[in-house]
Amino acid sequence: MSTPNLNVTRTSGVTKIAALLGLVVLIILVAAPYWAGRADMRLMGEIFLYLALASLWNLMAGYAGLVSVGQQAYVGFGGYMLFALTMFGGLHPIAAIVVTGALGAIIAVPVALLIFRLRGAYFAIGTWVIAEVFRLSFAQASALGGGSGSSLPVGIVRSLASSRSGREHLSYWLALASAVIVIAAVYFFLRSRNGLALTAIRDNELAAGSLGIDIWRTKFIVYIVTAALTAMIGALIFLQKLRISPDAAFSVNDWTAFVIFIVVIGGIGTIEGPIIGTLIFFLLRETLADLGTIYLMVLGVVAIVIMLKAPSGIWGLLRSRFDLELFPLSYRVKQNKKG
Amino acid sequence: MEWVNAVVQGTLLGGLYALFAAGLSLIFGVMRLVNIAHGDLIVLGAYLGLSVTTLLGLHPIAALIVVVPAMALIGYILQRGILNQTLGKDILPPLLVTFGLSVIIQNALLETYSADPQKMNAGALETASVSIGSLSLGLLPVLTFGIAIVVIASLQWMFYRTSLGRAFRATSDNQEIAQLMGLNRRHIFGLAMALALGVTAIAGIMLGIRTSFDPSIGGGRLIFGFEAVIIGGLGNLWGTLIGGVILGVAQTIGAKIDPGWQLLAGHIAFLVILAVRPNGLFPRINE
Repeated sequence: MSTPNLNVTRTSGVTKIAALLGLVVLIILVAAPYWAGRADMRLMGEIFLYLALASLWNLMAGYAGLVSVGQQAYVGFGGYMLFALTMFGGLHPIAAIVVTGALGAIIAVPVALLIFRLRGAYFAIGTWVIAEVFRLSFAQASALGGGSGSSLPVGIVRSLASSRSGREHLSYWLALASAVIVIAAVYFFLRSRNGLALTAIRDNELAAGSLGIDIWRTKFIVYIVTAALTAMIGALIFLQKLRISPDAAFSVNDWTAFVIFIVVIGGIGTIEGPIIGTLIFFLLRETLADLGTIYLMVLGVVAIVIMLKAPSGIWGLLRSRFDLELFPLSYRVKQNKKG
Repeated sequence: MEWVNAVVQGTLLGGLYALFAAGLSLIFGVMRLVNIAHGDLIVLGAYLGLSVTTLLGLHPIAALIVVVPAMALIGYILQRGILNQTLGKDILPPLLVTFGLSVIIQNALLETYSADPQKMNAGALETASVSIGSLSLGLLPVLTFGIAIVVIASLQWMFYRTSLGRAFRATSDNQEIAQLMGLNRRHIFGLAMALALGVTAIAGIMLGIRTSFDPSIGGGRLIFGFEAVIIGGLGNLWGTLIGGVILGVAQTIGAKIDPGWQLLAGHIAFLVILAVRPNGLFPRINE
């Protein structure tokens, strides 16, 4: 069907500039230990971890239509696995993070088989039940401190790096790497065959099914991959906190509510959305945090207003206005200049 | 005998869970909306009850006269002002908007009433009990269970015997045709939410008499109600009562084995039923 003077491409001038700028920003961020202060690095590390969580949640909700309010199950699971594997398994923390990812995928299989029986919004609450089951189970684990939790022994912390600044640099780089890896994973996943199926499901589930896409299988893969990566992020989060308790590890506010707000405000169903949402979230938090509970109410109101008035979020507004796309995902038909 | 006692106490506890679930079930039945803020609205009902009892010096049960209409009004305004805009084929908007509402309600309660646990004082009702054989039943759980039966029977009667119920069922079956028949679906949905929050107010007050509460417990109550709805089968009100009872019995038996197991046993019972009967025990709505 191709006519000689038309060509289908994914890249555009904007995506090339964005890729170049992204590379420059990445180099600057990698070098942060040489220019940023201790507090700034802590904040940036936290931003990267939230960015990773938000990108993963967005992959599930925005593309696969799996709206979960129970991702704290995997964040907490990952944190606890890090503690268990290093304290009782004798693993190096970084090896423990990798193993945690595998364990997250394994535990997610039976969970998915159960809760995939629930449809739509009931699926969402089902994920919350799972998170509660995880929380209550880990609260029973007396070896890990039961309901009051435990701290990471000094020896394990030291095994990361002997000096305090060495540890801080390492955990900053780990957080940065996690955000880059997650965004890259989401990007390449979406460009793959599975990702094409996923995009089709997002746009019209019925039509996708009738074209022969195995919807259940595609969603299942997304759920398992997301669980594994979320568990690894959870391990990283609690490697920074050095202390874990059931209530902190499985907090619905910290690991799900904020993440949902980030994605909704930034723009659901796009890779760029979570990036913008994370920046706005932390901007709001750093300026309004003194207001405490009012800050959370403002966040809730902003999310509701965006959902009602601009359901595609801030990035969606920008994109439809300027026809922008930073990550080359969709196809464009262009006329060859020579033809 | 101890086990019989655990089962009986669990059954009565199930009445409270059925009250948590009835509003959820009603809203889902009429407009396929799953309200994530439901648990926080139950807690809001409890706090309104607390304010009314302390300001007017009323008994918590008498406070129902004020709190039920107040919550119903909130429900109608909420539905017409916000939630009606979210209804459609896409499940994301209602889910995320009610999730936002949940966070707003929770933090508004925290701001108004602080994080300290509160409890309503119902006087002699809290400690009174009746003895049947060697079983001793608290008057309050028995009353709660009785109220749950009355509420569900009235909802059932309203659904199948009144013109309002007919309007609910018609809108639920086909919104466009109902609209053509002269029903204003926005108003009908408003009335359904008003009714649901009226029931939620009763649930909140019974909760507030039975145990202490604080702004953070909404999520847990939503989960109990949700589990009762799924166990009983979607859209079946009497099934919801049975679901609540199964959940309550699982919890009291779990607590009997080990106090730390109370909530876990309830969740496990739910997951087992989900694995064996994904549509619940007595489903009415086939999705």
